[in-house]
Amino acid sequence: MARAAASQTSIEADHAGDGLAAVEVDATGIQTKELNDRLRELMLSGVRKVNIRNVCGQRYIGTRLYTPEHIKMDIEIFGTPGNDLAAFLYGHKIIVHGNAQDGVGNTMDGGEIVVEGRAGDVLAFSMRGGEIYVRDNCGYRTALHMKEYEDKKPVLVVGGCTQDFLGEYMAGGIVVILNLLGQANKASFIGTGMHGGVIYMRGKVEPHQLGGQVEVSPIDEADRAVLDRYVSRFLERFPEICLSQKEIMQSQFYRLKPKSKRPYSNLYTY
Amino acid sequence: MKSFVFPEFQIIRDEEKCGQCRGCERQCAFGTHTYDPVADRLISDNYKCVGCQRCVIFCPKDAIEVRPTPSFYRPNASWSREKLEDLKKQAETGGVILTGSGNDKPFRIYWDHIVLNASQVTNPSIDPLREPMELRTFLGAKPDLMDISVKDGDVEIKTSLSPNLVVQTPILFSAMSYGAISYNAFRALATAACKSGTYFNTGEGGLPLEMREEFGRCAIVQVASGRFGIDAEYLNCAQAVEIKVGQGAKPGIGGHLPGEKVSAAVAKTRMIPMGTDAISPAPHHDIYSIEDLAMLISALKEATNYEKPISVKIAAVHNFAAIASGIVRAGADIIAIDGLRGGTGTAPKAIRDNVGIPIELAISSLDRRLRNEGIRNKCSIIAAGGIRCSSDVIKAIALGADAVYIGSAALIAMGCTLCQKCFSNKCNWGICTQDPRLSGRLNVDIASQRLSNLLSAWSHEISEMLGGMGINALESLRGNRDHLRGVGLYEWELDVLGIKGAGE
Repeated sequence: MARAAASQTSIEADHAGDGLAAVEVDATGIQTKELNDRLRELMLSGVRKVNIRNVCGQRYIGTRLYTPEHIKMDIEIFGTPGNDLAAFLYGHKIIVHGNAQDGVGNTMDGGEIVVEGRAGDVLAFSMRGGEIYVRDNCGYRTALHMKEYEDKKPVLVVGGCTQDFLGEYMAGGIVVILNLLGQANKASFIGTGMHGGVIYMRGKVEPHQLGGQVEVSPIDEADRAVLDRYVSRFLERFPEICLSQKEIMQSQFYRLKPKSKRPYSNLYTY
Repeated sequence: MKSFVFPEFQIIRDEEKCGQCRGCERQCAFGTHTYDPVADRLISDNYKCVGCQRCVIFCPKDAIEVRPTPSFYRPNASWSREKLEDLKKQAETGGVILTGSGNDKPFRIYWDHIVLNASQVTNPSIDPLREPMELRTFLGAKPDLMDISVKDGDVEIKTSLSPNLVVQTPILFSAMSYGAISYNAFRALATAACKSGTYFNTGEGGLPLEMREEFGRCAIVQVASGRFGIDAEYLNCAQAVEIKVGQGAKPGIGGHLPGEKVSAAVAKTRMIPMGTDAISPAPHHDIYSIEDLAMLISALKEATNYEKPISVKIAAVHNFAAIASGIVRAGADIIAIDGLRGGTGTAPKAIRDNVGIPIELAISSLDRRLRNEGIRNKCSIIAAGGIRCSSDVIKAIALGADAVYIGSAALIAMGCTLCQKCFSNKCNWGICTQDPRLSGRLNVDIASQRLSNLLSAWSHEISEMLGGMGINALESLRGNRDHLRGVGLYEWELDVLGIKGAGE
């Protein structure tokens, strides 16, 4: 079956120079399940790099790529992938040349997602590892309940701004919101129930935008080091952005942290 | 502030029998018993006693008795003692009353108002000691039509089948997470499930890495609103994945595993820092509609390569049958419904005792609804919340369930006495605690033996009752309400249950 699927695609030499051939898949008229069948077959047949052309709403791309051997594959998507892109992603790398819809990186475990455009709602929901870079804005409920364990820290960098409920119930990880598109971040209810992790916001956050469990402070040197690292990685992924690292880092950043890792411990009696 | 609540229990120590061995002092994590070296006697503080009976069972001299205190407030049918005391506690602390275990209020237990049939003369009963009885149950979607071919006496199924769970007896262990319960209790459930040909459910606390290979074959893993410990390996090592939407003990709300219970090992399994509250939000924030649920079901099917049935667990509430119909149409292979009396590690008492409907009524309305809509074969029903004995199981199946989940019953088999202090991290029975001194009290081999014994005893009893009805396969009893009659029920209750009154 793997052979049959591969025969419908054309294998081209990979120009990235890493020695692996990229397989081209045309997603025109292909349903979600069929496309994901094909990706899995390609991966199992030894392909390590796939370019999917004409993607139009197919969901769960990257989700069915778990193997006990932990094989990894790079995917480039041309078009607009559907909801739950890279849900439960297990270490693969996905680049979207276009916008993404809702649920990008849902409960993602590891790997990297780059969106050369905007992302929809519920971005990085319950993400627990890996990195996501979104060039433009994203929707509501971003980075909800993101969590971390020891050195496994998920990272989300958004070039534009977010909508309401950013970082609600956040339990770990690093979120960087750069607000580079000239709009102020108008999100409300930021960090309600937050009990872990950190959000770095470029530009001012008004008190009325925050949930009750968050405290805001200017960044210190340690924060600056973290930001330097992820801003530079962000810029590497989007060379079309004409701002320099220095210009971005000169702006005022604020750190949003939870007041407590046990926000509701005084709520109860026995 | 001086507390105006008096103790719930009275500890009576027989000083003549007591050998001052201080065993009771060591057994009680609540600090009820202390040794007075001057008087060389043990002193008990009634205020600290939770009535778990650990000291009573483990006193080598049988010198201790724990009973409800005879002290009383002036009797008042409206202001029960519990109502008075809860109110006093809230006046003293301003807190939400928290409790554990299941609803203990005197709602009608329908199991006790339903009687089973037996064969007499015309349809002979079957003796399970002499004849095979089929309790094996397949859980998951069944095809609308089955295309088979027979060649040289061999039957081949040509229809492609959905993945199903196979249980040797229709009893599974309900979701109880590592974190809520101790590692030993969790492991005992897993061990017993594997040994007895059934499944345990990890709950939402993940599955420790070292258990995945050995126990994945009898695990149902849960995906709940907190998404703790979830990765593709966790999903794929198990035999089924359950999306937890609701729980009978606390429909509509989430949960907070208190930071005290988030030990190093629990933190590692859940992939959160040690000592943080593990907060499960009330809804899944990626599920705000049936369409969103369908998306998560599909995502999980994708993540498990369409090899595992996907279950959706909801609490039985007022219009749940319509919601369940939507859940089936969203692609769920199994629906687990959890009734009013379902247990919990922690829930606000107001919710535990007042939200939801009894499981007996829920099974019946769900089975009827799915049959009427012609989609009953598309999913299996697992009933949970208040199953106490084998006859409850068989009645649940006759009302329309495919199998049952037992939670409290399994904990009781391991030693739990339903003292309702599961949230305290001080469970003297070593079940509901992460304190290694306490959890070490639960021997995995012995606890799993107790669980296996329970399953085996109930299975025998189910076979006996089935045989008595002249039935030799559980499948023939499923939804077969002719074998049930109601005693002492109102007309509307008989209607909802879909059964006749006794004598009819």
